[in-house]
Amino acid sequence: MKAYYSLFKMRLLKGLQYKVAAYAGVLTQFFWGFMYIMIFQAFYNSTKIPQPISFRELVQVVWLQQSFLMFIMLWIRDNELINHIIKGNIAYELCRPTDLYCFWYAKLIAQRLSGAILRCIPIIFVAFLLPSPYNFSLPPDFISFILFLITLILGLILIVAISMLLYISMFYTLSPTGSFLVFAVFGEFFSGMLIPVPLMPDTLKKIVYILPFRYTSDLPFRIYAGNIGITEALISIGVQILWISLLVILGKLWMNKALKRIVVQGG
Amino acid sequence: MKLYLKYMSILFKSEMEYRTSFILLSVGQFFVPFLVFVSIFLLFQRFPTIGGWSIYEVALCYGVIHMGFSLSECFARGFDTFSSMIVNGDFDRILVRPRSTILQVLGSKFEFTRIGRLLQSIIVLIFSITNLDVAWDIYKIITLVLMSISGVVIFSGIFMLGATLCFWTTEGLEVINIFTDGGREISQYPLSIYKDWVKKFFTFVIPFGTVNYLPLMFILDKVEGNSVLYMITPLLGMLFIIPCILIWNFGVKHYKSTGS
Repeated sequence: MKAYYSLFKMRLLKGLQYKVAAYAGVLTQFFWGFMYIMIFQAFYNSTKIPQPISFRELVQVVWLQQSFLMFIMLWIRDNELINHIIKGNIAYELCRPTDLYCFWYAKLIAQRLSGAILRCIPIIFVAFLLPSPYNFSLPPDFISFILFLITLILGLILIVAISMLLYISMFYTLSPTGSFLVFAVFGEFFSGMLIPVPLMPDTLKKIVYILPFRYTSDLPFRIYAGNIGITEALISIGVQILWISLLVILGKLWMNKALKRIVVQGG
Repeated sequence: MKLYLKYMSILFKSEMEYRTSFILLSVGQFFVPFLVFVSIFLLFQRFPTIGGWSIYEVALCYGVIHMGFSLSECFARGFDTFSSMIVNGDFDRILVRPRSTILQVLGSKFEFTRIGRLLQSIIVLIFSITNLDVAWDIYKIITLVLMSISGVVIFSGIFMLGATLCFWTTEGLEVINIFTDGGREISQYPLSIYKDWVKKFFTFVIPFGTVNYLPLMFILDKVEGNSVLYMITPLLGMLFIIPCILIWNFGVKHYKSTGS
């Protein structure tokens, strides 16, 4: 366990080095957030019928999406891991006396965490200072904040479990582009990044609630915004844990199977 | 021009060597923006209009801008990935050849996989045009064609500006995405829905407004007063490329090789 922890710490510190890139990212994400809010505002202004999520709640969700983009995006790829698989450096990895699945898992979590830490603070800070109704505000009560933190962290664990499956699939396809692209696009759609989950038509919503994707981003953000009540939040935490255990077990089994048939060619 | 076509055919042949990867990427390129459009469509199931524009009008806006974007990404990809050319020192080779730098950078790369994206925007355009109740005449058709060309020209201009920045920074900057991807996303919707400063910026500084919003006012008969002015706005938008070329040439003069 200690080995994984120190690896995690190392990667985290490494990721924190790239400050300039992160600040450029903050600027872009700020732009995107503002754009989405303006678009939704125009939509909300066109009708008087109350929507399943209010405009103010939606603003909170948009800012959280932009701040924690690194937590929720499926397309973030670790080129080092991809090279291990494609170029055959995996042989070195296999020599280590650690479990490869956990080893990579720690790496990927650290990568996402360092990216998010640098970005989320400035975005949230500036978003707080914006004039109403565009500003980011505090959650409705303390309990929702705690539930937000729990679901956010579980969401991070869940998304890494999903992306591990993508890396393992590369043992078979040997090419990152195709599967990553298609999977990432649909994952993004089903996690409510393109259209907020409450605004989806009912049949689509049912599908989205069955799939794991929304539990990575939509759930914590709407808890923060006050759109999801405490009872529903507690049930959803159970669902998150269920998905995590299922996907981790699946990933480990699949990885062992993939490693058995692996052929490392010279080099 | 002949040289350009030659570049194109060579790169096309080399891409065809990896056929499956090419097809997969094209399919991916189709679905990325397609799901964005599906989301817009679903939003319109809940909300009747956006700033007084219907789904079909927005679809027209969307189709035109995506067409311009995909074509310019296909042809001006050399500028988009220019930083790698500087880092590798490949640009030094281009400088010693007796041809224009712009032509050579343009010819250095084509992204044929953008055909997926192009196809998607054409489908959306057809969806829009068949549902819209517009009396098409020759002027409107000319305007539509001009709009698409103007989109390609403006996006290419921004790619050039981004590439010019690399002369000083060596690395590509993520910020330029605000103007390429961001400009595309912003102008998927008519500019009238945004705050005034956004509208002004994307009309007078980076003229995306001239690609779809202003000429669409003419096509959809929303104009009061002089409609010819709205009709020729795409032509005015194309003027954007002139300062871009000047800045590029200025950048080339100041280029110092990285020496690798």
